[in-house]
Parts: sequence; structure tokens; C-alpha cells
Amino acid sequence: MSIKDRMSGNEAVAYAMKQIEPDVFAAFPITPSTEIPQYFAQYVADGKVATEFVTVESEHSSMSACMGAQAAGCRAVTATSSAGLAFMYEMLYVVASSRLPVTLACVNRALTGPININNDHSDSMGARDSGWIQLYAENNQEAYDNYLQAMRIAETADVRLPIMVCQDGFITSHAVENILLESDEKVKNFVGTYCPENYLLHPEVPLAVGPYDTCPYYMEHKVQQAQAMKNAKRAILDVAADFEKTFGRHYGLIEEYQMEDAEAALVLIGSTAGTAKACIDAMRMEGKRVGLVKIRSFRPFPAEEIAAALSGVKAVAVMDKSEGFSGCGGPVYAETAAACMGSSVYPVMIDVVYGLGGRDCRVEDIRRVYTHLFHIIETGEVKERYLHMGQRSNQKEVL
Amino acid sequence: MAYNHKKELSKPERFAPGHRLCSGCGAGILCRAMTRALNEEDKAVIVNATGCLEVSSFLYPYTSWTDSYIHGAFENASAIGSGVEAAIKMKKKKGELDKDVKILVIGGDGGTYDIGFQSLSGAMERGTDMTYFCYDNEAYMNTGIQRSSSTPRFANATTTPAGTQSVGKVQNKKDLTEIMAAHQIPYVAQTTYIGNMKDLHEKAQRAIYTPGPAFVNVMSPCPRGWQYPTEDLALLCKMAVETCVWPLYEVIEGQWYLNYEPKRKLPVEEFMKLQGRFRHCFKAGNEWTIEEAQRYVDEKWETLLSKAR
Repeated sequence: MSIKDRMSGNEAVAYAMKQIEPDVFAAFPITPSTEIPQYFAQYVADGKVATEFVTVESEHSSMSACMGAQAAGCRAVTATSSAGLAFMYEMLYVVASSRLPVTLACVNRALTGPININNDHSDSMGARDSGWIQLYAENNQEAYDNYLQAMRIAETADVRLPIMVCQDGFITSHAVENILLESDEKVKNFVGTYCPENYLLHPEVPLAVGPYDTCPYYMEHKVQQAQAMKNAKRAILDVAADFEKTFGRHYGLIEEYQMEDAEAALVLIGSTAGTAKACIDAMRMEGKRVGLVKIRSFRPFPAEEIAAALSGVKAVAVMDKSEGFSGCGGPVYAETAAACMGSSVYPVMIDVVYGLGGRDCRVEDIRRVYTHLFHIIETGEVKERYLHMGQRSNQKEVL
Repeated sequence: MAYNHKKELSKPERFAPGHRLCSGCGAGILCRAMTRALNEEDKAVIVNATGCLEVSSFLYPYTSWTDSYIHGAFENASAIGSGVEAAIKMKKKKGELDKDVKILVIGGDGGTYDIGFQSLSGAMERGTDMTYFCYDNEAYMNTGIQRSSSTPRFANATTTPAGTQSVGKVQNKKDLTEIMAAHQIPYVAQTTYIGNMKDLHEKAQRAIYTPGPAFVNVMSPCPRGWQYPTEDLALLCKMAVETCVWPLYEVIEGQWYLNYEPKRKLPVEEFMKLQGRFRHCFKAGNEWTIEEAQRYVDEKWETLLSKAR
């Protein structure tokens, strides 16, 4: 029996951490993820966890301490946002290439330049090619559930990659919602223990980590890493299946909402899915065939699944919550478009960059996007494929 | 127990031959000495910053390290050490580890004085139970002899070359040993490769077996950067000490101890003249550089004497 409670997304993640009781937590605060180490520090102070809590002097050092601890044979975790994640970038690659399944709670916030503390996905999207698995949550329940599944995915023998469990800063991290929690015992049993074959503190066999890798070997190692990311797709589904069996809640690589007969569809990530679902429900009442593909796993990218979900759709708007500065659309658009290239029927596809630096996205904003898609379907005219929604402009706004 | 050089050298080597450090480089001597300072039965985890030592001692699929070893990046060896320490504590708490494991962190002056300074300071402030060994060769040697904050004034480095309008590096060397002493950690020492390595051995051993953080700064000549014949390594170390350019001292629980006082303090040029990086100082018209270098060494030496007495 699940336990009904109410808590913020940050508390939900901290609570999951408490239940899992990782060996080492390397902590450095940054808004809006700060509450996670704060809640956890109190668990430590009250003797509720035996975790070694290391209060490092920067995010670069929190990821470095995680590397040392995980390589030494422990489960290591941290939490961060925005510039904190950016400061870790170098070590994200090192940890991934060292095949250390560190778990990072990422509370998404806009990257500085100019400084902004509110939500968008520019931080984790910037780290999308670092070799980390990335799961995204729509709401507090998913943030909790994704965290419970994270370590098993990351530690899977043919995966062994670090994992980022992402949720939207303030929107879910600070908003208190109803949530179903699981018992400590069931959580511990589900997550299990970390049993690496090789680690620095192995009593018999020493281990060397982090070599200088020369031309004859480097590429082989990168191909192995790429294969591990491919394997992660199956691991995510396997763990989700066991999660559903144990706790009754279903998860996949993507979530399709009202896609069976949809003519106009959105592809997006995170909390905006909730807003989009409310809009879809209202528009369906009006007889509009609208649907949604929510990406849960951005790394590995579920290309085949997305292409299949969009195969019967006439027009698609990919919603990017980060500006990739490619000059032709955001990262979710680029990858979704590439995923559909192999399909025999290629839907009309546009990119809508939205919600940067916490710019609100409401139900009526989503409705405008669908209306725009139906206009494209009716007139056959696409015009702009790369749009910014909701910005103030002297020019006539398309959206 | 009194230091017995023969006995110490008869211990099994923990830093295996076959590494690719240059001949006449000090780093390999330190690797052997610091692991020799471990009790034979004690296990260790070596943490290494990016640098000459890392790329010369652990080229996939070979390693010179018989102890567990980890390298992450240039600036974070101390933070990785903190993570290893947390793991040791946790494994002991869970009953998965019953023996003591020593953490030896090693980096060059680039990874210690400069880019790794923040993580070093953080780890020391947190009281991390590890020993940090700096092999201080006074420039970024791995990338090709660029100046660091450890490079002494007037040294010719590739980013502070001597020229018609330049007499080498403008600034004095950062006094990192003193800065580490200011962290009020239990043990700080300065040493180099002198004589039968007694000074280095005893300091390494004291550092490793002092509970809590320890820092050992080891002057470590580089034949390419300092421009000397490889066989002169020991002579350079000796001259660094005899001129008081690199005094041998310890700071134990806040008390300063001078370990060696030359009977006759040699002029600084006896150290400088052995090295190509100071060649321009000996040109006509540049005599003032040697005078300035002497003045600086004298001043530092007097300050040290006042603390250590």
C-alpha cells in the first residue's frame, strides 16, 4: 500500500534519497536545488541515515568527490542546478567515461548569461552529450519515482553510466503536490545494493581509474560507452516494468497522451506536459484531434519510439525549453526531426522555443500552438519553422 | 626508529619501473619515496592530478602503480581524495572494510598552487584524512614549461620568456607551504631529494601517519624546464637547500621546526648558475636580478628563522 502524502519536488527527491540511503552525498548548494542537500543534512543530523555527507567547496568538487567515492565502491549522489551543473561539465564527461554510475538530481534552471534563477532546460540540455542518462519528470510523483528507478538503471551491468534525474526548478521543485510514497522497506528492496566487481578499496585486487588513453584505444572505449547508452534503453524499460509490478505505476521512454488518432501533436519535456494535457482534454471536448508525446528519457534518445508515435500525425510542434543557438531550432527539435527522417510519412514539423528563464507557459499558450498547427494543416503553409513563443516583440507575433 | 636507507630500499617497490618520466626528473623519486614511507602491510589509494606524472605512469593499458590509483582531472585531485575518504569511512561503518587505507594525493605545482588550489584548500579545511604531496617543479612542464604561480622571479618560462625587454617572470614565487600552514592542519612540511632521502622519507611517513590532513611540498627539479644535465638533479636539490632558496622545515600542530640550517649559507647564484632558465640573469647589465633574488631569499629566510625559533 502506497502512503498518501503531500510534498514539494525537492522534498520528494530528498525523501527518496533518505529511503535509499546512499553511501556518500557530496553537497554544494545552488537555487533551486538547495533544499535537497538541506533536507538531507537534517536526516544526517537526526541520525535517520548513515550516509557520509561531504560539504565540498564547489560543484566541480561535488562531482569529483562523487567520482572518488563511486570508484572506491560506494553509491555516490549529488544535486545541482544551472551554473552548478555547468561548473561540473568537465567532470560529467570524466565520470561517464570512467563508467561510474553516479546519481545526480538536477533541478532545471536557466543557465546564467544573464543570471536568472528560474526554470528552463538550458542546463541539462547543455550536458546532453556528456554521456549521462537523463530522465525528466512531469510532476513531483515522477521526480520521486524516477529517482527510485535511477540507480538500478545506471548500475545495470551492461550500462554502468551515470544518471541525471531532472525536474523543473520551482514549478515542481517548490510546488507542493499530493504524492504517493512507498515504504522504506519496499524501496530498499527495490533499489538493492551496489556491488561493483572492481573498486579502489577492493580488499584483494587494486584498481587503476582514469588512464591516459592513446589513439589505439580511445575510440574503442568511446564505442563501448556508446553501446552502453544504447543498452540503457532496455534497462530503463526493464526497471520500469519491475517498478510497475512492485508499485503499480507505469513508466516508459516516452509517454503518449491521446496520440491514437491525433492530427496535431506536441513533443515536449517536463512539467509543461501537465499543462498540455489540460489543454488536450479541453480541445478534445471540442472534437479537436490533438495529442502529446512527452519525452521521459532524453538520453538515451528514444528515436524509434518517437518516430512511431508521430507516424500518423499531420503536424507536429516540438517545444524546446532551451535555446540551442544553432540558428535553426533547439535540441529537442533537432533530434526529433532526425528521428522521423527514416519514417515513410514525415509529418510537418516546427520548433517552438518557449519558457526561457521561467517565462510562464499556460493552457491558452498551448492552445495557440495547436491552433497554429491546425492552420498549417488547413492551408498547407508552414512559413516559419523556428519560433519563439510568448516573447515581447514589436514585430507581429506568430504565436 | 632510526632511518636505515638500505633497509628502506630493500622494501618491495610500489611504483614499478617502465614509466615514461624523463631521466633526471624528480617526480618518480617522490613516487617511490612516498609509497616506501607506507608500512608494507598498509594499503593505499593514490590520487593523481593531471600532469607529467599521470600521463607518464598510467598509459592504458599499462600502469606503474601497484596500489589502487585514480586520476580524474587537473584541478580536483583533493576533491577526489575527499570522495575516497568518505568511501573509506562508509565502508568501515558498514563493516565492509576493517583495515586502514591511506590516501596519498600527488600533483605538480600547476595542479596544486594554481588550478587545484581551491579543491586543495577545501579538502584541507574539511579535515580530510589524506596526505597531499606536491612535486613542485616550478612551471607547467607537461604543456611545455609555461609559468605558474610557483615559478620563481626571473625564471625564463615559455610564457615569461627573457627578451630584450624582459628578464623572465615578473612576480615572486607563491609561498604555498606557508599558505597550507595557515590552514592550521596538523602537519605541513617542505623537503626535497637530499642525500640518502632521510628527510623526505621521515616527512612522508610523519605526514601519512598523522591523523587528519597533511601537506608535503617537495621541490622537484625538471631537466627540461630548468635546463640542466640530467645527472645534476641531486646537485640542484642540494644547492636549493644550501642557498636557502628551499629551506627544509616542518609545521607540526602550528609549531615551526627548521630541519636544516647551512653552516655557511651559499649565495643564490650557486643555485641559479646551474640552470639554463636563469642564464639571462648572468648577462652584463642584469646583475641586479641576482641581487634582487638574493635579497628576496634573505628576507624569506630571516622570516622563517623568526618563526622556527
